[in-house]
Amino acid sequence: MIKNSESKYTNFIADRSKYPKMENGKAVIDLESHKYTKLWQGPQHPGVTGNMAVEITVNGDEIIKAKTHVGYLHRGFEKLLERRTYIQGFTIVNRICVPEPDTNEYCYSTAVEDLAGIEIPEKAKWLRTLNLEMSRIASFLMWIGGQAGSLGMGTISQWTVGMRDFWLDLFEEMAGGRIYHMYMIPGGVRKNLPAGFTEKAKDLVIKTRNLLYDVERTFFNNAIIKSRLKGLGIITPEMVDEYGIVGPNARASGKPYDVRMNNPYAKYDELDIKMLTSTVGDAYARAELRYKEMHQSLDLISQILDRIPKTGEIHAKLPNVLHWKIPAGQTYVKAESTRGEHGFFVVSDGSKFPRRVYNRGASYTHAISVLEKLAENISISDLAGLMVSLHTCPPEIER
Amino acid sequence: MKLKDILFPLTVWKRATQKPWTIKDPLNDRPGAENYRGFHKNDFEKCIGCGSCEEICQNNAIDLVPVEGQETTDGNSGLRPKIDYGRCCWCALCVDVCPTGSLTMSNEYTWITDKVEDFRFIPGADETKWQDEKKGYKRSENIQLINYDRVEMFEIEPENRDKSFIEIVKGYNKEQAMKEADRCLECGICTATCPAHMDIPAYISAIREDDIENAFRILYETNPLPEICGRICTHRCETSCALQNNGEPLAIRWLKRYIADQIPPERYKEVLGTEHLIDPDINKKIAIVGAGPSGLSAAYYLAILGYEVKIYEALPDSGGMARYGIPEYRLPYDQIEKDINYIKSLGVKIQFNTRIGKDISLDQLHKNYDAVFSGTGLHLGRSTRIPGSDNKRVYFATDLLREVTLGNEIDVAEKIVVIGGGNVAMDITRTLARLQNKKYGKVNVLATSLETEDIMPADREEIVEAREEKAIIDPGWGPKEIEIKNGKIEGLHVVKCLSVFDEEGRFSPKYDEKQKNFFKADMIVESIGQGMDLSYLSEEIKAGLKFGPRGRIQVNENFQSDLDWLFVGGDIIQGPDVITAIANGHLAAKAIDKFLTK
Repeated sequence: MIKNSESKYTNFIADRSKYPKMENGKAVIDLESHKYTKLWQGPQHPGVTGNMAVEITVNGDEIIKAKTHVGYLHRGFEKLLERRTYIQGFTIVNRICVPEPDTNEYCYSTAVEDLAGIEIPEKAKWLRTLNLEMSRIASFLMWIGGQAGSLGMGTISQWTVGMRDFWLDLFEEMAGGRIYHMYMIPGGVRKNLPAGFTEKAKDLVIKTRNLLYDVERTFFNNAIIKSRLKGLGIITPEMVDEYGIVGPNARASGKPYDVRMNNPYAKYDELDIKMLTSTVGDAYARAELRYKEMHQSLDLISQILDRIPKTGEIHAKLPNVLHWKIPAGQTYVKAESTRGEHGFFVVSDGSKFPRRVYNRGASYTHAISVLEKLAENISISDLAGLMVSLHTCPPEIER
Repeated sequence: MKLKDILFPLTVWKRATQKPWTIKDPLNDRPGAENYRGFHKNDFEKCIGCGSCEEICQNNAIDLVPVEGQETTDGNSGLRPKIDYGRCCWCALCVDVCPTGSLTMSNEYTWITDKVEDFRFIPGADETKWQDEKKGYKRSENIQLINYDRVEMFEIEPENRDKSFIEIVKGYNKEQAMKEADRCLECGICTATCPAHMDIPAYISAIREDDIENAFRILYETNPLPEICGRICTHRCETSCALQNNGEPLAIRWLKRYIADQIPPERYKEVLGTEHLIDPDINKKIAIVGAGPSGLSAAYYLAILGYEVKIYEALPDSGGMARYGIPEYRLPYDQIEKDINYIKSLGVKIQFNTRIGKDISLDQLHKNYDAVFSGTGLHLGRSTRIPGSDNKRVYFATDLLREVTLGNEIDVAEKIVVIGGGNVAMDITRTLARLQNKKYGKVNVLATSLETEDIMPADREEIVEAREEKAIIDPGWGPKEIEIKNGKIEGLHVVKCLSVFDEEGRFSPKYDEKQKNFFKADMIVESIGQGMDLSYLSEEIKAGLKFGPRGRIQVNENFQSDLDWLFVGGDIIQGPDVITAIANGHLAAKAIDKFLTK
């Protein structure tokens, strides 16, 4: 068991007499006893990471039981994709996760290429890798703002979300869109980098690093943050496998698993990249790990910018996309999003439309079973912080 | 708790004095990126209304609508996209797929209006504040969502074909045909342009599905001569094809040929479902004058309606100008037979070597039959009437081509000049080149026309192939005089032709008399157009008909003349063009059916 001397929870022994009785492994909560209160955190609540709700049963300000409710955001992406041709699909998949659309674009496009047997040009692979890393940094900048904000520290959100906008400027130049980039399409990418892009991106890398140092001083070297996050929501190494936890949540509990290194895709096998892990497994450790991964992403962006070929094709020739049929088959493509392994399972029946597109994001586990487990016995005020520390993205749960 | 953790956050106070990142008015101060996917623009000069944008839009946000001032022409539907911003997701697939590159996006961020209807607009027609904006998302040359390169057709090398009349074009195989068929945008502009309005996207789609039998049935709905048309059609469909705006047009003619080539003659009836056609209830007889494309087309459609049809043909074989005007290397006779044998197998009778007006009169046909369709074609040559053109060694192209088909010997001279720049001129030039090659072992034939090369009416590939066969094409000259010494032709005097048509588009050539040239020749062939022979019309019949410009018989939209029993179509009405003739025959057949059953 992980011990943390600074944790407020370390020596805390719950008064079990106040707790509901357990029968057949389930808590019997008698609301009539007036010992418990049911509260809804969400679906409209500043402390929630999107349109989902946590139904909590509290005893005083301590959470006894938590239940995640989804269904507020269902747009039926997977079903919509069955009614779209293969080329039309890329315009939909990016909407599955708003803060980080590119992992979806990458997985979908690669799955279609896999099924159709298309090999994309080298330069397109580099541009895709750049796009994916830029998307990671943009997503993490948003997350750290949320993490600080959920603990009442709004300053950091203003800094980082502001900085994220500069990254969105870059996306706008690169892809033509700020939020939904629609840059990676089956066959490669849509545009070459515009003139002056590399210089702008390198400048922004320096600017972002400088900001991150300030964030480190204010957020990670902060007595309040430390006391709130340390020991909160500990994920044990056993839980990682038991719950299927991935991404920084798993790596912060000592599980060295990152798709970029374990199953390198795009150009990750040619980049200098190291697995980052921690062994503590609490919310603070996860935040710290993500902070390091932001620096890692900035480093990777610099590496990629230096290595993108100056010339070459960016898109493989496709057959006429208006009636593009793909041979029957199935494929699973995965990539590392900021939340962990992100996968697309695509089945083709040989027609113009995909038979099935299944998307699995890390939040499915993190926001439902893991959150419900970790929310038990914590204070109401820590729930928002815990939720953000798992970096959940509700749209990913409801595809 | 460490003291450091309390003091450290205070070290970033400097940020409080920094200039904020937010800008007060981002809408004016910061323009969108060069590539930004803003609001749509459409360049009406380029747009052809093919509807590819409408087809690719996954939100059904685009609708093709008629726009005032935009006319429907060949290769332009006259429709323009209307975009609904309540549905658009700004993916710009419409821009990427646009074959003309007319549809683009501005880099505009905002559009504020208080009328919700404004957000359904026609870019290019409705006034927008970004219509002159140069920046914004455009179709990238780096990505191709549609294949603009035609699958190459295998042709016999010039050195293997310049002495014989072997067919040059070999046709597509299955793999090539499917690849070529895949390029189709299914816009249907070709269907609108085709005189027979063949359902081209449908039969090309059937090729992609590898359902050749269905494709074949679609062909026969509007065209009973697919082997002929698959080889020598004037393919206006291809000249209007949307793909040519960014590459080569779809090889529609070769695809049609591919379909027809796949079905063996013995399976025609089974595939087309015409095994049992007898309809004793109709009991009406139709006579057709001329076994050319229009007559055969009328005969076919009348036969499948259950009529008894008999064709009278002056020449010893059927096919009309398709057989007697087009050389065998372009259209082999066995392929003509394949189309015609099927029509004959439906009960259509053809009486050869019977010239109406000479062997049987038209009045007699009127007496013996319920209706008559006449498609006698343009078999007469036209003369330049320049001095010397009455010499016996000055020929008409149509006469020579007919003689070649009939198998008669032609006295080919060593040096020949052909006057004319159309496909017939190329046909006779290349035919004579072959005959010279056979007789003398070398080619010395020169074709000249009023039109310069860029506006020559002949197909581009005809000019290229003629040159490959060592014929000389020297366009842009007006013939002035044929020099004759002792009754023998010495050559042709020409002057530079500056323009062929006047400002109103009428034929009125202008010459520069100072720029002269002389083409040596022993024999001259005139190929400047064809005329019709209407001598089979008796005075009585002529009195009942109306004649329009150039002596053409006036008919209504159903090809019915003022004599209600006489229908006229084909080259003598709207020619010369094989597919127009086929379309005429089809319409006339329907009109005859209506006329006789009303």
